[in-house]
This record gives sequence, C-alpha cells and structure tokens, in this order.
Amino acid sequence: MKLKKNIAVSENGFLFDPHSGESYSLNKTAQLIVKLISEGKTEVEIMNSIMKKYDVESSALQRYLDDFIMMLHQMNLLEKEDN
Amino acid sequence: MKKLKFERPVINHINAGVPDKFGRGTTIQAISDIEDIAVEDFLSQYGSPLYVISEKIIRDTYREALSAFKTRYPKVQFAWSYKTNYLNAVCKIFHQEGSWAEVVSGFEYEKAIANGVPGSKIIFNGPDKSKEDLKRAIENGSLIHIDHFDELYDIMNIAPKTGKKAKVAIRVNMDAGIYPHWDRFGFNYENGEAWTAINKIMPNTDMELIGLHTHIGTYIMTPTAYAIAVSKLAALAVRIKIKYDYHLKYLDLGGGFASKNTLKGAYLPGSDTCPSFDDYAKAITDALNNSDIQYDHMPTLFLETGRALIDDAGYLLGTVLANKRLLDGRRSLIIDIGVNNLFTSFWYEHQIVPTKIKQRDTEDTTIYGPLCMNIDIIRAAVQFPLLEKGDQVVIKRIGAYNMTQWLQFITYRPKVVLIDLDGKTHVIRENETHESMNALDKIPDHLKEIQL
Amino acid sequence: MKKLKLTIAVTGLNNTDNPGPGIPVIRGIRDSKEIEARIIGLAYENLEPGIYMPQMLDKTYMIPYPSSGIEAYMERIEEIHKKDPINLIIPNLDAELYTFMKAEPRLKELGIRTFVPTLEQFEERHKANLETYGKKYGIKVPKSMILTGHHDIQKIQDEFEYPVLVKGKFYDAYIAYNPEQVVNHYNKITAKWGLPIIIQEFIKGTEVNVVALGDGKGNTVAAVPMRKLFITDKGKAWSGITLADEEMIRITNHLISKTKWRGGMELEMIKTNKNEYYMIEINPRIPAWVYLAVGAGQNIPEALVKLAMGEKVKPFETYKVGKMFIRYSWDLLGNIDEFEQLSIFGEIEK
Repeated sequence: MKLKKNIAVSENGFLFDPHSGESYSLNKTAQLIVKLISEGKTEVEIMNSIMKKYDVESSALQRYLDDFIMMLHQMNLLEKEDN
Repeated sequence: MKKLKFERPVINHINAGVPDKFGRGTTIQAISDIEDIAVEDFLSQYGSPLYVISEKIIRDTYREALSAFKTRYPKVQFAWSYKTNYLNAVCKIFHQEGSWAEVVSGFEYEKAIANGVPGSKIIFNGPDKSKEDLKRAIENGSLIHIDHFDELYDIMNIAPKTGKKAKVAIRVNMDAGIYPHWDRFGFNYENGEAWTAINKIMPNTDMELIGLHTHIGTYIMTPTAYAIAVSKLAALAVRIKIKYDYHLKYLDLGGGFASKNTLKGAYLPGSDTCPSFDDYAKAITDALNNSDIQYDHMPTLFLETGRALIDDAGYLLGTVLANKRLLDGRRSLIIDIGVNNLFTSFWYEHQIVPTKIKQRDTEDTTIYGPLCMNIDIIRAAVQFPLLEKGDQVVIKRIGAYNMTQWLQFITYRPKVVLIDLDGKTHVIRENETHESMNALDKIPDHLKEIQL
Repeated sequence: MKKLKLTIAVTGLNNTDNPGPGIPVIRGIRDSKEIEARIIGLAYENLEPGIYMPQMLDKTYMIPYPSSGIEAYMERIEEIHKKDPINLIIPNLDAELYTFMKAEPRLKELGIRTFVPTLEQFEERHKANLETYGKKYGIKVPKSMILTGHHDIQKIQDEFEYPVLVKGKFYDAYIAYNPEQVVNHYNKITAKWGLPIIIQEFIKGTEVNVVALGDGKGNTVAAVPMRKLFITDKGKAWSGITLADEEMIRITNHLISKTKWRGGMELEMIKTNKNEYYMIEINPRIPAWVYLAVGAGQNIPEALVKLAMGEKVKPFETYKVGKMFIRYSWDLLGNIDEFEQLSIFGEIEK
C-alpha cells in the first residue's frame, strides 16, 4: 500500500492531490492513518499502532480501516497494486 | 496509560464551490428519548420499527390552535379529519378535546359512530357516498357536504323515504389566488355553479341548507388565501339572506394548514416558512369580521385541520440494518423503516436523526429503507453522522397520513404506542401477525393440497 | 467630523459574471468619509471571488446556506458575533432576505442591526402578484395571467396579442410568438421551477432601471435611473449609463411613499415609444450596479449604513447624468493555502 507521489496531509487535515487538483479534508484518525501509510507501514502495523493508542477493538477497527482504504482507492490517492 | 477515545477515520472531498463543514461538524441534534423515555427502551420493549404518538403534543397543539381562533372569533368548532389519522385512540383524544368528526367514507363514518361521536356531530365530506351511506347520515342528522349534482339528486330521492330532513351544506371550489386551483371537488363559485346548487336546495322541503364548505387545497403557505375563501363564502351567505331571508349556521373552511415538514424542492425548511395558527386565524377571522354578514347572525366557523394538528405528535423509531458504499463512494445507510411505513417521504424531506452522536464528522449519505425496491429511499442525500449496524434513528413529524396511507408490503406493519400525559405507554395498535394477515385470505378446495 | 466606527458584515461576495452586490456595496462603504468600517465578508462558497479581492474585506467567515434553516444559520451568526462583534449586517441576495426578515428580532437582541424590507413589502411585490400590486399602488404594470396547466394556454389568445412573455415564478423569461412556443417554454420552465407560469403582455420599448433607497417612513433617500448599454447572455448589465429622467424618479418617489419601503431596491421598467413606463419587476435589495450610483454622487451603501444605525440622512437631490460603468473581468492569483484555511477553518483574515 503506497500513497501516490507528492501527497501529504497538512496539520489542519487538508489534503491536496497535485495530480488531480482535488482537495480533501480528513479527521484526526484519518490523518494518522495516511501518515502511517506514507511511512510505509503495512495494514497490520497500522492496526497495531492505532490500537496501542486508542480504545478500539480490532474487529471494529478492521472494518473501519477496510472502508477507509477503499475510499482512498476510490479517490485515487493510492498507487495501484499489482496482485 | 489510558487509551484515547477512538473516532472512525473520515475523508471528505472538498467541493470547490460548496463548503460542507469547515471544521464545525454536524449540526444534527440527536434525539435519545421521547418525553423522558429512552428510544432504546421503546424499541427493546415493542420492537423495531415503531410508531410513537405523544398525547401531550396532540392536546397542546389542539389547544394552541383553538385559542388562536377563539380569542379572535367566539364561535369556532373543530372537526377531526379522520383520514389524517384514524387510530381510535388518536380520534378519541381529539373528541375529548371537543372536536367533532370529519369523515370522507362509509368506513370512516362507521369508525366515528363506534368512537361514540353522535351522528349530528359528524361532517360527511367527499365524492364517494353510497346511497346507504346517505340514508344513514340523513337518519342520524349528520351534516352532509354535497360534492356534486348526482349526489344532490340522490339526497332528493332518499330523504323523503327516511321521513327526515337532510341537513346539508355544499362544497364550494373557487379561485383563492393560489395554485393549483382545486376544481375537482364541489361546485364552482366563479361560474355560478355553487349558486345554482343553492337554488335547487333552498326551495326543497326535504333538505335544509345549514352551511357552506370549502377546502382550498393542501399545505397552504399563504394565509391570505383563506381570507379570499372566507369573503367568497360570506358573499354567498349574504346572497342567500337577501333572496331567501335565511341565515346560514356555519361556514366550514376545511383544512390545508401546512405543517413544519419541508416539502421536496422547497428552498427554505418548513420550520422557517410554515405560518403559525395565529397567522391563519388572523386571516380567517379578520375576513369573517369584515364581511357583510349581519352581526347578530355570525355563523359558526368550522375547521377540519388535520395535518397541522397531528404531524408534530408522531415519531417513527427504527434501527440501522447496514452500511454500504455506493459505486461513486457515497455512503448509504439501510434502515428498517421503508417508504411503506413512511408514505409521506414521497413529498417531504423528513428530518431523521440518530439517538446518539459518537463523533461530529458527517458524510454525504443516502438513507434507504429495507424493501427490495429501488424507490425505497427515505433521504436521497443528507449530511449524516456515521452510524453502525444496530444504531437507532428517530424520524420526527410523521403523525399525519402515515398511519392511514401505510402499505402492508413484504412484512408486518409495526405497533403504534401512545405516551399518555403521565408518561405511561400504551399500545394503541398491535403489529400485524401471520394470523391477522392470513385471516382474510381464503383458499379454494382444489388449491389446499400441494406436493413439491 | 467624527467618523462612525463600525463592524459591518456583508454577503453576496460572488463577483462572478452574474455578480452579487456585495463588493459594490463594500466599495461604497470604503469610499465613505463618514464611516470607518471593519468589513466582514459572509461567504457561502469558498471560491466567491470577493473573498480573495484586495482591500475589500478585513476578514471572511463561511456561513451555511439559508436552506439549512434559521436555527443553523443564526447559530453560525451568533458564533461569529461572539468572536468578532458585528454592528450591522447587509444581506445582498434574494435567497437570504426571508431568513433575515424572520431573524430580525433575534439579531436585534444580539445588538446586530439590519435594514431590510418588511415581510409584507417583500411578499406583495412577488412577480406572480404584480398585477394586484400595480392596482394597489397606482403604477402601470403589464397585463398578466397565470397558467396552471396546459389547458390554460388556449385561453391566452382571448386576452393577449402575441408575442407574450412566458415567465417562471422566480426566474426565467422567454418571448413566445405563438401557442406552440408557449408550450415549449412552459415545459422548460415548469421542469425547472414548477408552477405557476406567468404570461405577461410583451411591452415594446427600452428597459430602464432605478436603484433606490427608502427610509421606511415613506421618504426616498436616494434614487438614480440607469439604462443598460450592454447585456450579457445571462441578461445582466455589463455596461450602463445614468439618465436624466424625471418621470422615473417620480414613479420611484410615488412607490416608496405609498409602500413606506425600507431598504435598498431596484425597479425594472420598460419605457415605451409613447413615453409610458411599465413596471416589470421590483427587486427587494441593492442591485450589483449600485457603484454607478456612488460614482454619480449618491453613495447608497453609506446612506443605508447610516439609516440602519439610526443616523439622520439628508436625501440626495442630484446625481451626475451620463456617468457610465463598464464591468470587466480580471484574473486574481491565489494560493492553495488560502483555500485550505477557508475550507478547514471556515474563516480567513486578510
């Protein structure tokens, strides 16, 4: 899982995609996940890192994370993965 | 170390034109309880979905409306519009408050009689009255509001056989300066049809013309339209006095007051634009007081307000069945309330809220009902907080028409619960069951056996 | 002379090819020698050009659309007012007026003034009521008729000579030369705006306009007549010139004294070859071309501010004839961080 080039989230939770010219707003949790993705973390590492810090069960988090990553794909913010 | 409260990750596209949040989060206010009873408790005790009706709101609204009129005009009589909500308990509350009954079919007429309304306090409206209906209404001394000439002739024939004088009014339709102009009910004012009908009734010894009725439309936002209607009915009343030296006993202005629900396509929400009872009362009573009707013979003002008296008192409670992403990434929420239980969702943007808000983020959401039908949409697009399966929702202002126009489809209709003035709950209509649904079905002998 | 020190909030910053009056109103206030204003922009969309224009606004706040309801709308105004106390709001868009008229008592309680027409003044001048309005106030208006269904179209020829104007309740107007064209326009307009459709007598002549200000007591404080010289494909003035026309001023004074109009207004009239004037529309707010009036010697925004603040205002008596305005477009440059600031926090300091 890799973010497209030149994509970064500001401290305010504002994400500008220079490829498409689109802008997005992210809440704190979403900002953290995007940061972890940009650091090259795997899904499992992201899950562990969030569960260490926040009060959330892994099954629920898995659901939210799947949904969120699907949205990142939908918004074309992630590199296409070769299966 | 204590862990931090978790919030679901949310990413929203920022539209170049329209800002949807700017850091403010949702303005939707959760409704966790209704008159101090938790929504959760309602649903666990009575099942989901569930209709809840507040007796207090009904009585308060009724009294507010009555006082808006009574303080301006002493002779006022409300008649409860059965078709708006004819659950017996609801009708009885209105009757306890002093409302007569306004019915539009033999079925509603039977309901009113069974609810203990004296025949002479039933107003019988509508284009569909059978000869049997008319005979019974004449015998009971009910007020028959004649819709068309065929009905007028029916009454001329039936009344002599009952040995009683039929008490009648005619329904008048007119140009009250609003659109659409309803010309399919009653006799037209402008083209003289109403006057012709009056001239057939007045000399007839088997009929007594007691009043005049009009119903100018539905969800009327301009009170002045009622003032125009009053002045036209009053003009007819004065003309009757001149020609027949006869005073009418009442003018019935029908219903049509708007509720605070927002019509689809309206720019401003209904809660901002809906006129108050005072606005309607002022327009109507000013027009009456300023009319040429003789001061000593001012008629009673009848009102058949339905929607505006009951809409606010009804709630529909339900449960989230699932979350789904649509093809374009939009969130969709499936709840157990379908359009069959919320018929009014075809013309209102109903206000739907969760029972609790866990985080302030919202997403553009489509809210679907549970029916296997594409038209089953409760809200097509609404900025909505993120809910999960099992979370509960409340839809406000559903008291009018939903419990009469509801459709039985693919599952049983739910219970209706009333909260009384002491905060006690009562089931006022049971949910359907396999037995009650099957009770009317009949199977011919040759279809009884099947073998698969 | 001591200057009036005020914080004034202004809407209608959409200075696009169909411009809102916000920026011209602000220019009038900025030009004033009597008012020292801190000007707050209230914006609905984060790309309203006025937000980004230099020297216009001191600060901008995003606000929700009036369609979100008075509660949500007022909650946001109160939130802004707490941070940044406002003396006066000048709403400049048709769609907001109803909300501001309804919210007037609440705003007053907060110490925020407005200077808008009353609900009655606002409602009775609606397009569909024009004929009644004309009769009530003794002004000439085109004959009109309401269509509520296709079956009414045949009735047009009994009352009108073609061509006629086919109008929607709020927007859109087309000329039709025969019943077939009426059907066409009828379908187009009802699909967009619903019923009713208004059929209006087509008056041949020149369209002329007046920007005016009423003090709410029947006095005309300002009135400047103008003729559009060039019109965009959206029917908006791209250029105009002030006229010496006493009849237009007389009609304006007459209407304001009869209606006791409060606030800014724009009168749209047709002047025929026989020098008759027909009122075709009354807009209940200052128009976007108001800066022409400022340039011609009647600073209407300044006068409106003073009236709202309860100051005495001497009515303007003259204006320069032959003053022109020519609109032009200009590409402002901005950076994504301004857009970010506005989108995430809903406010931006200039």
